[in-house]
Amino acid sequence: MDILVCISHVPDTTAKINFTADGSSLDASGVQFVINPYDEFGLTKALHIKEAQGGTITVLNVGGPETEPTLRKALAIGADKAVRINATPTDAITVAQNIKNHISANAYDLIICGQESIDYNGQQVPAMVAAMLRYPFVNACVGLDLNGSTASTKAEIDGGHASYSNALPMVIGGKKGLVEEKDLRIPNMRGIMSARSKPLSVEDATSGEAPTKSAAFEKPAGKAAVKMVEPDQIDELVRLLNEEAKAI
Amino acid sequence: MSVFVYVEDWEGALKKASFEAVSYAKTWADMLSVPVIALVSASANDAATLATYGADEIRTFDAVKSGFGVAEQVSALSQGAKGLVVAGTNFGKTLAPAVAALSGGALSTNTISEPLQSSPLQVKRGAFSSKGIETIELDATFPIISFTPNSIGIQERSASGAVSSVDATGSDLMGLVEKSVTTGKIALPEADVVVSAGRGLKGPENWGMVEELADVLGAATACSKPVSDIGWRPHSEHVGQTGIQVNPNLYIAVGISGAIQHLAGVSASKTIVVVNTDAEAPFFKAADYGIVGDAFEVVPRLVDALRAFKAAQ
Repeated sequence: MDILVCISHVPDTTAKINFTADGSSLDASGVQFVINPYDEFGLTKALHIKEAQGGTITVLNVGGPETEPTLRKALAIGADKAVRINATPTDAITVAQNIKNHISANAYDLIICGQESIDYNGQQVPAMVAAMLRYPFVNACVGLDLNGSTASTKAEIDGGHASYSNALPMVIGGKKGLVEEKDLRIPNMRGIMSARSKPLSVEDATSGEAPTKSAAFEKPAGKAAVKMVEPDQIDELVRLLNEEAKAI
Repeated sequence: MSVFVYVEDWEGALKKASFEAVSYAKTWADMLSVPVIALVSASANDAATLATYGADEIRTFDAVKSGFGVAEQVSALSQGAKGLVVAGTNFGKTLAPAVAALSGGALSTNTISEPLQSSPLQVKRGAFSSKGIETIELDATFPIISFTPNSIGIQERSASGAVSSVDATGSDLMGLVEKSVTTGKIALPEADVVVSAGRGLKGPENWGMVEELADVLGAATACSKPVSDIGWRPHSEHVGQTGIQVNPNLYIAVGISGAIQHLAGVSASKTIVVVNTDAEAPFFKAADYGIVGDAFEVVPRLVDALRAFKAAQ
């Protein structure tokens, strides 16, 4: 079982987000970068599959050299090799095209992505990669069982769940539920040492004309000060919600 | 040359987000002085009602089951369009990127504004889990907008809305085994009102009053991450940065302290009410209305007060 896990390099969930003074990009100073949480569930699922039935796990990131520590962390957690496609990821379709090219040149049985990255929240790349390859695709995937070359998956849909059964290869946009929070692994010393000698290869990117570009970033407008209501004045809260907020 | 809009139905019923999608398409099409053409599955009932929201033409097609297959159909049916609008529902999130990949379109997902300008097209979209807003510019060839449901609103603007049927083929890559829907429950991402609770409720057995409050308000129920991690509530109710992101008109948080990851998932809500015993809970800083008090006293009182309010209406 050859599994590709696509990894985004994103600001930590607790990071305060600021933009450069001209609003053109994220101000990365003082920001800690981590493996995208959605991808971490996918990586852990890949480890479970490998431990149950063998195989290799390749982690891939489309990004600059600054993302290599994140790939090394994935190696320390247990991936076998890492690939960095050397490009600045500015739009989803170019990232997807590069991932698709890598997959076409290396046969994988299963491609696990997180359903979205917590930086640009596009939720685009996994579906694009699948469409380009004409592979089956399950988004918001919260369950995956393999039986030979057949995958049974469970996905969140609006108001419920759907189950699918498909022949591999396929692409998954995963989230918590693939594995649980408690299953996530922290790299241990042995993992960190062995990660140093695991292969991390850099591949050239194909460049295309990006169909979208960022014009500006801003922070959301702050809220006005909270209005406090006494716990024995609930009728007043109902009045405010009705007359002032027009929320009920 | 038209603005196309893909209209989603659920078991034949048109979704609220679909009316919002047609409204969006109408606003955009008016900026471009072109008509709106709605693409809708032949299985949808009352497709003609889309005219109320501004559809100049309504074209029905035999939609296949898989997102990829529908993407093939929508790509084929919207060839030559000025643009395409898709609601960012669970299905829309699979559909829109596949259409972009197949057609070479420029896609903005998580869009939270109407077009700021139409040429070149610029819109605002949520980024960094609602901690930032990005203004994005889309290439003119085939711009595609997937918007966050509830972020734009529905507008009634009637148009002629002639209904016709069209043909398109789509392949079915997915082996669907079964669909199960929790009946009687309101889907979280589309809910107008969300009632959410956290560890302050002390145990899963105390959720009855949360459900009661949700019931009075016609709200969906939600929870914080710790509560879903310890298994008091299902993962599908977890709102926050790594859970579901919501933007209802009203979000009521009971016994949730308001960690930065939780706020990221709910801060786009229009009105936020926070009930917490701890006056120092960070959530109060992000709230519109706050009550420092015990959930076990405040929530039942709120249920009674809302019942009385609804009865008087």
